[in-house]
Amino acid sequence: MSVIAFAKNWNGKFKNSTFELVSYTKALANQLNTNMVVLSIGEVAEEELKLLGNYGADKVLTVSNPQLNTLTSRAYADIVAKAANSVEAEVIVLSDNNSGKAIAPRVSVKLKAGHVAAVQELPLSLDPFVVKKSVFSGKAFGHIQIKSDKKILTIAKNCFGLVANPCDVAIEEFALDIDTNLFKVKIIQEEEQKDKVILSDADIVVSAGRGMRSPENWTPVEELAEVLGAATACSRPVSDEGWRGHEEHVGQTGKVIAPNLYIAAGISGAIQHVAGISRSKCIVAINTDPEAPIFSVADYGIVGDVMDVLPRLTKALRNSKS
Amino acid sequence: MKILVCISNVPDTTTKVKFKEGDSLFDDSGVQWIINPWDELALTRAMELKEDAGNSVNEICVIHVGGASADATLRKALAIGADKAVRIDACPADAYHVAGQIAEYLKENPFDIILSGIESSDYNGSSVGAMIAEFMDYPGISSVTSVNLDDDDIQINRAIPGGKQVLKTEAPFVAVVQKGIATEPRIPSMRGIMMARKKPLEVKPAVELEVLTESIKFELPQEKGACKMIDSESAEQLVELLKNEAKVL
Ligand SMILES: Cc1cc2nc3c(=O)[nH]c(=O)nc-3n(C[C@H](O)[C@H](O)[C@H](O)COP(=O)(O)OP(=O)(O)OC[C@H]3O[C@@H](n4cnc5c(N)ncnc54)[C@H](O)[C@@H]3O)c2cc1C
Repeated sequence: MSVIAFAKNWNGKFKNSTFELVSYTKALANQLNTNMVVLSIGEVAEEELKLLGNYGADKVLTVSNPQLNTLTSRAYADIVAKAANSVEAEVIVLSDNNSGKAIAPRVSVKLKAGHVAAVQELPLSLDPFVVKKSVFSGKAFGHIQIKSDKKILTIAKNCFGLVANPCDVAIEEFALDIDTNLFKVKIIQEEEQKDKVILSDADIVVSAGRGMRSPENWTPVEELAEVLGAATACSRPVSDEGWRGHEEHVGQTGKVIAPNLYIAAGISGAIQHVAGISRSKCIVAINTDPEAPIFSVADYGIVGDVMDVLPRLTKALRNSKS
Repeated sequence: MKILVCISNVPDTTTKVKFKEGDSLFDDSGVQWIINPWDELALTRAMELKEDAGNSVNEICVIHVGGASADATLRKALAIGADKAVRIDACPADAYHVAGQIAEYLKENPFDIILSGIESSDYNGSSVGAMIAEFMDYPGISSVTSVNLDDDDIQINRAIPGGKQVLKTEAPFVAVVQKGIATEPRIPSMRGIMMARKKPLEVKPAVELEVLTESIKFELPQEKGACKMIDSESAEQLVELLKNEAKVL
């Protein structure tokens, strides 16, 4: 028996969320009194794989086939399932990101493993196996029992944190034949913004709503984000109006995020907006209306005009840095 | 080409959630049910594709796994413009169970494009679409922000962290769609509502399938403490609190 974590890489590099996944899975393995195996798919340099050892990985299986450098959910799911079988994994753990969401359900069907997405913490109990997840778009938590022998979880970002646990890593190539039939989806073009902080990875997010009044007014938002090293986000009407791109829309129908710090400028705090941000560690609200619902979910609030408060905040941060 | 849109029937987004029977069940008394917002956008995109004469989309069917209480939601989907609705008569136990039922239907009734929303706003499982793809051994594409057909040539945009990909695939396939797939959901017209009454809503028996997971209890999140208000002139004080009290800077 064992537990296995699938460590996704991005152009050969892991992210903090990968190390959080390894930290979580190691703690789960300890809870179950068993060992952890980490699986990596695609080409990743040995030094990078060794970083997994900082968080408790002592065995890493790698499938370093260049054909697998970009995610193909069908092929990846096939490999995850085969690797899980080869180490007789009882629990399979992935990050709850785009790739985890694409792969875990497929592995669930392949292995008849009960699947719970966006788990919030270590299992509440092991027998029966019960995990906690956010339901009703952040309005409640559900305790979900997994009844099958094999189990597959994706874990929510920032649910566990990083736990240092230095280990010597044994890296092993996991040899298997790759079925070329599984590559029916062809990538014909790819664009990536290299200069911007990615919203789903960001520790700090500066978000703005209709209170900005016009798309020309975004400079103070961008300047604050820049001094904080933050990603920018927005409310739904702002992206629906085309003031900002769809990728910035957070909330029930946009992205669900859980940064350390979420700054909401000129956002009323509608229930559907809050659904996407309620797991943020700290929320700051800036709004002219002292009755705005955003203040009831915020930790710190300023009643004031965004066009005054944002530049002041940027200045105060610049001063505190120098 | 035929498009199947998976529909989840969910509480209205403004619903205050409550639980009953020792917090073991969702209390649906007084709840307004709606088409899951992403599924509604998926249906809207399907309609746009059918209306475009440049491709051969000729049928849009919506499918739901659930009890008769969802029929009103399915009628709404018909009023928006679906040609046909299918309800698999089963209590939707978990994503595996729902996807398995839809896959059984697909085996008898093949479709070219299967659209599913990224998640349903009740259990937020985000897995039905990808599970259907696996049950059927079809390609599945996640994070889809647009589906375009050019003479039945299929081109898909997909969001990746910080960017996008343009993909080509062959039918049949499953697309798990999110924000961007359509801008505004369609609202049923008076004529649509009249026509919907005459459109077929088929009820099919469920197949025997294992249930792998079960919700056993719910809890509400802890109330947040009071918001600390800071004077709008005192940005320095906020910076200080974020650094030393909240410790997030
Ligand atoms: C099915 C459904 C799904 C939805 N999903 C989402 C979602 O995912 N995300 C989302 O965000 N919304 C969502 N919404 C919309 C949501 O209900 C709100 O309409 C939306 O969040 C409001 O956006 P806003 O706060 O930017 O605008 P408003 O509600 O217009 O609020 C603007 C705020 O700015 C303040 N303001 C005005 N001027 C200033 C100023 N100069 N300085 C400071 N403050 C100022 C005002 O006091 C007000 O509080 C959804 C709605 C539905 C029905």
